[in-house]
Amino acid sequence: MDNRKNIIPRIGVTFPRQDACSKVMGREKFSSDFYSSDMLYAGVKRAGIPHGRIRNISTESALSTEGVIAVLTFKDITGSNRQGVIRKDQPVLADDRVRHCGDAVALVIAESPESLKQGIDSVTVDYEPLEAIFSTERALEDGAVIIHDDNPTGNLLLKGSLERGNITRGFEECNHIVKGSFYVPMQEHAYLETEAGWAIMKDDGRVYITAATQTPFRDRMEIAHATGIEMERVAIKAPFCGGAFGGKDGISVQSLLCLAALKCPGRPVKMWWSREESFLASPKRHSAMLEYRLGAKSDGTLHALEAEITYDTGPYDHLGGAVMALGLEHAGGPYRISNTSLKTRAVYTNNPLGGAFRAFGVAQVAAAVEQMIDMLSTDTGISPLKIREINCVRKGDINSAGMTIVTSTGISDCLERIKSDPMYRQSKTWKSNASLFKKRGVGLAAVMQGMGYGPVVPDVAHAKIELLKDGIIRIYSGVTDMGQGNSSTYVQIAGEMLNQGAEQFELLQPDTDKSLPSGSATASRTTYTFGNALIGACEIFRERLLVRAADMLMVTGQEMAILPGRVRHLPSGRELGLAQLASFLSDSERCVSHRFRMPVSEDRPTGDEMLRLHGIPHAIFSYAAHLAFVEVDLLTGGVEVLKYLAVTDCGRIINPQLYEQQIQGGISQAMGYALSEEFLSNEGVVRSADFSTYIIPTSLDIPDMVSLPVEIPESTGPLGLKGVGEISTNGPLPAIANAVYDAVGERIFQSPLTSERVLTAIESSKRNGDA
Amino acid sequence: MNIKFQLNNRPITVNVPPDRRVIDLLRDDLGLTGTKEGCGSGECGACSILVNGTTRLSCLMLAPQLNGCIVETIEGLTHGDDMNHLQEAFVKHGAVQCGFCTPGMIITATDLLRKNPHPSRDEIRQGISGNLCRCTGYQKIVDAIDAAAENSDDEAVR
Repeated sequence: MDNRKNIIPRIGVTFPRQDACSKVMGREKFSSDFYSSDMLYAGVKRAGIPHGRIRNISTESALSTEGVIAVLTFKDITGSNRQGVIRKDQPVLADDRVRHCGDAVALVIAESPESLKQGIDSVTVDYEPLEAIFSTERALEDGAVIIHDDNPTGNLLLKGSLERGNITRGFEECNHIVKGSFYVPMQEHAYLETEAGWAIMKDDGRVYITAATQTPFRDRMEIAHATGIEMERVAIKAPFCGGAFGGKDGISVQSLLCLAALKCPGRPVKMWWSREESFLASPKRHSAMLEYRLGAKSDGTLHALEAEITYDTGPYDHLGGAVMALGLEHAGGPYRISNTSLKTRAVYTNNPLGGAFRAFGVAQVAAAVEQMIDMLSTDTGISPLKIREINCVRKGDINSAGMTIVTSTGISDCLERIKSDPMYRQSKTWKSNASLFKKRGVGLAAVMQGMGYGPVVPDVAHAKIELLKDGIIRIYSGVTDMGQGNSSTYVQIAGEMLNQGAEQFELLQPDTDKSLPSGSATASRTTYTFGNALIGACEIFRERLLVRAADMLMVTGQEMAILPGRVRHLPSGRELGLAQLASFLSDSERCVSHRFRMPVSEDRPTGDEMLRLHGIPHAIFSYAAHLAFVEVDLLTGGVEVLKYLAVTDCGRIINPQLYEQQIQGGISQAMGYALSEEFLSNEGVVRSADFSTYIIPTSLDIPDMVSLPVEIPESTGPLGLKGVGEISTNGPLPAIANAVYDAVGERIFQSPLTSERVLTAIESSKRNGDA
Repeated sequence: MNIKFQLNNRPITVNVPPDRRVIDLLRDDLGLTGTKEGCGSGECGACSILVNGTTRLSCLMLAPQLNGCIVETIEGLTHGDDMNHLQEAFVKHGAVQCGFCTPGMIITATDLLRKNPHPSRDEIRQGISGNLCRCTGYQKIVDAIDAAAENSDDEAVR
């Protein structure tokens, strides 16, 4: 079977992934798959201590190690030696001090992996230890050591608030008020492919980097800024990533590879982090403390919400400010609430690095607000579904962040679909069938996820397509495919637009020398933004083919149709193959491009320009309602998810199979977040060092999931779609926590809900019951 | 030292240091990069290969252990440029996302189906439980193996 042949893609119908065949045959080349006989290997000496001033870096011994070619330190960097997207505060190689155990201090380049390891071990660093900060509370105390001397707000990276109505009077007018303090831990992305890449400086003086990255175009700017090389001298290719989930949003190996390639012209240099190094040095989902107070009228109408959320961003911004802002915007959930006081802050510490992770600050707040809603449900006696139905936002409403919602909004439809589903309707019977020493519970969550970069940073893509001389149409993808299948969807969209089968296309993965800047593979934007650009490009392209074919056939343009592999003059039946047509066109005519910018919200829930820069507000949101069915073992505290239902509003679905992949994958990753995943460090030293101590779900931990769409077309979306990449990550923790409460009558405010925590809660409730 | 073994149906002799890991031998020395390394400590299963017909973790094996063995990697499961039925099922049923766990997952499923041509879904889940996947939630992988077993007889895996 060759799945590329003879399939004219149709929208809304499963279309085989264009990358699946090469992946199942082991032929797809990932960034780590390049080897050559003249390869050099690069690696870094990492700090190993959470905070300290560097007195001296001793490289002599490493340099005298056999096979070591060079050892670089900050002194060898001519650029700013600072990376970061908004606040550039992360050194490529530490200069005055190290700020977490994973900081890179020296770059070693060697002839073999073995000599590289010896070289790295031979680098010694003399530190003056500094007070290290492991809690956000300590970070903000007077007299705490300041982690970045140049930050005007000390250890506070960023704070923000959204206020609406009158919070004091609001609570006074409530008949029911509930309070909760939640803690959610760091989560590791745990993509199967660790950070990897290779680079070479060629005779033209340019550095060619191939790396696992979600952000090839932005990387180029960051590398240039940090290393001091002109941006035109850096070219980046982004092959398929072996998973990323936000963890490859930004620089990992790229600047280091650039330095290594500059040092060793003409030699390919490879860097590939071990699993332990990846866990140590890569960014994580931020841990967060969330203080909530929520009030409702006696009829269940939400009336006042107060929330204070603190994200631990670790030693660097690394998008922590933007994560915090998105959390702020989503802190009240998909509800109408008249009186709100929402406050968030992101705080520097010497803990492991916080950064981008699928759902980007929202998974944390969704966990809190959705449990608060259930607590209110218990307090009012109104069912979890009903209380959400009463309060959920509909198009035209003002949401909890104070924004008027004018784009497609399907949360009420999701809840409606849950309500009519047999799984929901039969949940009482299902719960009553628990076996001995087990209790069952069902939990609901309603969640949302904003799409794109917000009002200030342009969320732009440039699609480019070219008719090659042999009649093949090449799509130049500008956005990384890290497994979500966006590039395959580009072929599907172009196939639909141009009436061509998949075999007519060649798909080029992002290459900064060939593709056009199209932003990051993040923020649920990859198919929306690039897809819209691609539709525009296809329209221009089709028109050009038809007009030029008409020229060749000496007829008028209106009578032409584009058919698979050819163009036809309908009245005469004369046809031109695409290769024939290509030979008639000049090089510049064979290529078209189109720019698209995601619409921005005109609403102004805040005048804080920093918050706007960091993304508030968004214009378009995806929504979902999740229902978790759990069984709790009363003897062990173990929680098993036995069934799961997710109903999602992500606009119109282009490829049902890829849609399901995103939903199922996001749920699974977040089931880990709910039940087992807790990235632990002790005084800054990583304790969850690898897969034996950081437990992600296996095939035995995830049940078969039911995923249903409510297909409400988003009018601005390409063919009606909106983002689906992140939304499913927000539901599982609160839905499972609510289900555990439903089963055992205890709320556990600290996640993950490990056996130990659940059993402790059950035992303490027994004791309290006995007393 | 010299090591002789059968690799993907072809006899091969290699001269390698005795402490060479099998995964490095395959990927670096022999260019078979279909076998992936996800952890280097036997936790993730991405480096799975078949040794004498049984799933083995190539990151935990040293090259001399292959001496005299029949070794199959993901590259050896295809029929020339054509996928086998199990690989086709992975494509058709959407079992592939980032694809980094995929070769190891297919190797493990091959072993499973050769020993148990018609496993239940629970047996499939048990069978692949040593292979981590971070993208799919496993459901479509189970679907694919299930489907390959359905219309198999022995063709599914060879």
